[in-house]
Amino acid sequence: MSHESGHGGYYVPAPSMYPIIGSTAILFMGSGAALTMNKIELGYGLLAFGFAILIYMLFGWFGTVARESEGGKYGEQVDKSFRWGMSWFIFTEVMFFCAFFGALFYMRNFSIPWLSEESTVLGNAFWSSYNGTWPTAGPGKHDEFTSMGAWGLPAFNTLLLLTSGVTVTFAHWALKKNDRAGLKNWLLATVLLGALFIACQAYEYVHAYNDLNLKLTTGAYGSTFFMLTGFHGFHVTIGTIMLLVIYFRSAAGHFTPEHHFGFEGVAWYWHFVDVVWLGLFVFVYLM
Amino acid sequence: MAAVHGDAHSHGHDDHHPSGIMRWITTTNHKDIGTMYLWFSFAMFLVGGTLAMGIRAELFQPGIQILEPELFNQFTTLHGLIMVFGAIMPAFVGFANWQVPLMIGAPDMAFARMNNWSFWLLPVAATLLVSSFFVPGGAAAGGWTFYPPLSTQGGLGVDLMIFAVHILGASSIMGSINIITTILNMRAPGMTLMKMPMFVWTWLITAYLLVLVMPVLAGTVTMLLTDRHFGTSFFNAAGGGDPVMFQHIFWFFGHPEVYIMILPSFGIVSEVIPTFSRKPLFGYSSMVYATASIAILSCVVWAHHMFTAGMPTVGQLFFMYATMLIAVPTGVKVFNWTATMWRGSMTFETPMLFAIGFIFLFVIGGFSGVICAIVPIDIQVQDTYYVIAHFHYVLVSGSLFALFAGAYYWIPKWTGRMYNETLGKWHFWLSMFFFNLTFFVQHFLGLAGMPRRIPDYNLQFADFNMVSSIGAFGFGLTQLLFLYVMINCIRSGEKAPQKPWDGATTLEWTHLPTPAPYHSFEKPPVVN
Repeated sequence: MSHESGHGGYYVPAPSMYPIIGSTAILFMGSGAALTMNKIELGYGLLAFGFAILIYMLFGWFGTVARESEGGKYGEQVDKSFRWGMSWFIFTEVMFFCAFFGALFYMRNFSIPWLSEESTVLGNAFWSSYNGTWPTAGPGKHDEFTSMGAWGLPAFNTLLLLTSGVTVTFAHWALKKNDRAGLKNWLLATVLLGALFIACQAYEYVHAYNDLNLKLTTGAYGSTFFMLTGFHGFHVTIGTIMLLVIYFRSAAGHFTPEHHFGFEGVAWYWHFVDVVWLGLFVFVYLM
Repeated sequence: MAAVHGDAHSHGHDDHHPSGIMRWITTTNHKDIGTMYLWFSFAMFLVGGTLAMGIRAELFQPGIQILEPELFNQFTTLHGLIMVFGAIMPAFVGFANWQVPLMIGAPDMAFARMNNWSFWLLPVAATLLVSSFFVPGGAAAGGWTFYPPLSTQGGLGVDLMIFAVHILGASSIMGSINIITTILNMRAPGMTLMKMPMFVWTWLITAYLLVLVMPVLAGTVTMLLTDRHFGTSFFNAAGGGDPVMFQHIFWFFGHPEVYIMILPSFGIVSEVIPTFSRKPLFGYSSMVYATASIAILSCVVWAHHMFTAGMPTVGQLFFMYATMLIAVPTGVKVFNWTATMWRGSMTFETPMLFAIGFIFLFVIGGFSGVICAIVPIDIQVQDTYYVIAHFHYVLVSGSLFALFAGAYYWIPKWTGRMYNETLGKWHFWLSMFFFNLTFFVQHFLGLAGMPRRIPDYNLQFADFNMVSSIGAFGFGLTQLLFLYVMINCIRSGEKAPQKPWDGATTLEWTHLPTPAPYHSFEKPPVVN
């Protein structure tokens, strides 16, 4: 089946069903999500069905990639392609977070001061006794809430993620020294730290909703707090799953000291979620 | 284009590709995928064009004739979205798929399977977009820029649009990562960066713009979605947000986006002009630097779309001067194209006609752009037909004309057959005539104060609107001629030689037979 261009040496995969399966999943998920959000019953079913197809596609596609890689089909040039591809993918992820950080900075530096009583921009036209100090739910929302402090759980979470960045590096060193036990143990430690981080975030959200009256609907502060930490938490979840996959692949004997981009790509991704967290810690929690 | 099924490789392999529809669904071949991109974009061009015909039919006379105002708004919104995301962008990606591997001597795209997915996400997004016309409440109607608060209102159609934009963005991101990686990692030995054809250079820079701004668009529509359904306050002043913030984030994407739609056409024109002038491109390296400068500048000019939305004077001044600065590298390009033609031994086949038409009309669009950049004038013409005329001069007679030039230029290599030159020339001259008939008068309408996106108008605008509508119908019909010329070429065109154009120098003409074999450059060529 496969068309391997032996002369140039670059592996061009054979025709594949996985992309169209993925597109089918996205069709169900996109239409399902749109219907769900408009409270149309059919949407839930479509969404779930699409998600199931997506999971099937991801298993199949990445499984194929892992088999091809272990089958020795990826030469040096393909390896380099993966490096370029993963780098620019992470760059797009950074830009995605930039949109939300941008929204946070814009609100704090522009829109909220403009809405406050000292503002000369809007001439205090709509809300007369709004002082605009951060954290705020905005001038039109009057629910009292408490903002999330930085030095409790969030600081502990910072410690967790920074430690996990170290453990994943230890795993990499072990892999390069062909120390398979070290590789697996340090990977497992990283996965556990990631899972613990997610659990702490979940606890923090419950705490916010139950004790602090801090919700997604809590105006500017609630919107930016939950969207930024939420998307970050989502990325940590994805990263933890990726690490877990790498753990199982390592346990199955995949990767060699020379050839292990699957591992490195995931490690890069993990460092990326780590760095984004540092940005969150400073700009969302501290400042 | 479907005729490309050569198997003229120099050695035998035993790859059994699926045939029939499964070939197209499962393919990992850059030529198949490029072909699908091109057909898809043409189909979307006809859909978006049909909407445009509806708009112009309504505007043929004052008063409400055919489209109720709500439906008219849906037409203008979807016309813009479909043309930008469904027609122009995929068409350029189609060209990149076909041409980048051929022009740099690569066996295929770097990520061939992902390449297939980038394409097959597009029909999904198109399905969501087009089906939104038929849901309760109809399609999104807040303009293609979907500003809140209009877009935080609206029903299911707006949500379908949001998810369609997400999917289109994912497709573009995968496509651009693929193109960057292919260009950086898969060039033939000896093909240094500064030896790459201009088309490849412009696409490399375009792909960088795409990975820079597409995720920001994804973030924007995500905020819109959570504002609509989950009670966030990004664009709601009562919660401390700001609808104007949407405009800032949107245009941080949106302005580079217009360069995403024009830079590859600069590339196509930079291939066509030297070929038919039988001279190398004048000022190659300045062309590369000009393209990069335009791309960088395009990221710091976004707020010129918002001069009337409220902005400090210093902001207006910055964005005005930064915008006008783009005219400098653009001027370098126009100068270089003209200098390439200077004393060239020129012939005027259809690709060349479209390329020259491109230069002529794009410059008009560029000048009206500089005029719109001037804050005091922009305050007068904001949201009038002057702006409509301006961006149709850059997007139709700019991007689209360059796409036509590219299609006529490369169709012999793709299909092994020549198109009908006489009909091609008719296509050009009719397009040229009807395009100007449609859009030139819109400058006058805009200066006289006719607002955009309104289905009815004052009697004083009646004559020019009728002229514009007649032009639009003519332009629409002319594009069916293009379809005929292409199908005629694929089915029964004369056999094309390896290099039908005297002056062509890039690898696909010098190193590959016509039509290009299904698998090309498995052994990379050596470039001196």
